[in-house]
Amino acid sequence: MAVDAQTVHRLAELARIAISEETLEDMSGRLGDVLKLVDQLQTVNTEGVAPMAHPLDAIQQLRPDQVTEANCREQMQAQAPQTEDGLYLVPKVID
Amino acid sequence: MHQLTIADIIKGLRERQFSSVEITRQLLARIQQLDPSYNSFISVTADRALAQAAAADARLASGDAPALCGVPIAHKDIFCTNGVRTSCGSRMLDNFVPPYDAAVIENFEQAGAVSLGKTNMDEFAMGSSNESSFYGPVKNPWDTSRVPGGSSGGSAAAVAAQLCPGATATDTGGSIRQPAALTNTTGVKPTYGRVSRWGMIAFASSLDQGGPIARTAEDAALMLSVMAGSDSRDSTNLQRPAENFTRALHESIAGLRIGVPKEYFGEGLNSATGDRVQAALAEYEKLGAELVDISLPHTHLAVPAYYVIAPAEASANLSRFDGVRYGHRCENPADLRDLYMRSRGEGFGEEVQRRILVGTYALSAGYYDAYYNKAQQVRRLIKQDFVQAFEKVDVIMGPTAPSPAFALGAKQADPVSMYLEDIYTIAINLAGLPAMSLPCGTVDGLPVGLQIIGNYLDEARMLNVAHRYQQATDWHNASAV
Repeated sequence: MAVDAQTVHRLAELARIAISEETLEDMSGRLGDVLKLVDQLQTVNTEGVAPMAHPLDAIQQLRPDQVTEANCREQMQAQAPQTEDGLYLVPKVID
Repeated sequence: MHQLTIADIIKGLRERQFSSVEITRQLLARIQQLDPSYNSFISVTADRALAQAAAADARLASGDAPALCGVPIAHKDIFCTNGVRTSCGSRMLDNFVPPYDAAVIENFEQAGAVSLGKTNMDEFAMGSSNESSFYGPVKNPWDTSRVPGGSSGGSAAAVAAQLCPGATATDTGGSIRQPAALTNTTGVKPTYGRVSRWGMIAFASSLDQGGPIARTAEDAALMLSVMAGSDSRDSTNLQRPAENFTRALHESIAGLRIGVPKEYFGEGLNSATGDRVQAALAEYEKLGAELVDISLPHTHLAVPAYYVIAPAEASANLSRFDGVRYGHRCENPADLRDLYMRSRGEGFGEEVQRRILVGTYALSAGYYDAYYNKAQQVRRLIKQDFVQAFEKVDVIMGPTAPSPAFALGAKQADPVSMYLEDIYTIAINLAGLPAMSLPCGTVDGLPVGLQIIGNYLDEARMLNVAHRYQQATDWHNASAV
């Protein structure tokens, strides 16, 4: 099953990954190979089988609604490409 | 001193045969001398290691020494380490210095272990050859023209080359067991939820599990006893208290029922590899175990189900890398969309991009039921195969990988052939079971791994079964260097 260039572009847009035109053809071929592999799933009847999310069917743990994390904004923002006055900076979004 | 096991080192330190500073210095010198040939470390933290070793020596002298006090190990570069660059093998995190420690790092620090540095890995743990690392491929110490397996190839190669006696690793589809098999080391993937994932950079959260790679089952048990335990910060953690996984090592295995799945010995298995595994099974019979033929009929669907579930979860997990809060940001973004697109296009390597796109496809509108939901249903069928088998047997055994280490570059052009490297390991992650790989011989001078699959939470028994084999055979003592 081939994946056409338009589909790769759409997926790249959804995933916000810039794909160069040179790698596009290669990427469509390889994506097609992977989708062909996973299409084997369609050969098995799974009617009435409950989807499995956790191997031991554990459920989300609950805890009291209390503040447990210390405020370490400065340490966290020390990692950021660009900050100002405790805020993360990105290119202008609105005019 | 580099040949010593963790058990030997614990004993030697306590009997004052040598100090932690001495063995740490020696291993650091060995890494500096030999690792340029293997590329198994991304970062070597010599100053930190020596400071930790000196502190450990003081504790040993005062008689207040925790379990692994003064034992030098290494950590896969997927575990966040406070103040030490944690790259996950990716350009995206080349400049990332976490402001906190992963639970696994905390656990080893509390146990007094010394960290020599951070080991190389496939980018974001996606790969079976360690060739997708931004820091270059790792070379197999048994033959440097071959891969060490992946994604924990750096940890496996470092242990095989005797640069450290043990290293942490992670396993999402075989990333501990397959490199262990290809490098003649012993690697354990515990039951899903045993080891906290907190601070372990996420790939596929319902499959990822940390575990040790060492040279013996006993050493792996010593490490796992420190790694595992309850942690409320990981919402999928099983909240089981820490256990002593060495407790059953010496028990007899007479009467042990070993399930041998016919699907693990069919087409795709290298015949010489199969012979070594059969020889190991014969050795187990000599030790008093009984072989039981079993079937795991959905085995052939494990790789397809995995390549929906893992990429789908990866596409969600890796959406956090946006070039805004940390990690790689492109130069001069024109606008926010351009910032996201180019930061991620530049920061992620080819295999990571491919898996994100596959996951995006599987989760996109109109495809969810056909792919993700279907894969999660098949996952339950795969689990049920194992549950039924464990009604009749105590452990399951087979090959870890279909063939010995392949040449660097051999499978890079064909992702699907690379994915089939994990044909015998992936189903175990889908089912969430514990499993391990241990050395069982060589083919043309290259190591072969025997895989032991245990029942849920039965790691102590699984390690006992491995230890008894290592008491009776010598394969694990064969050295690459």
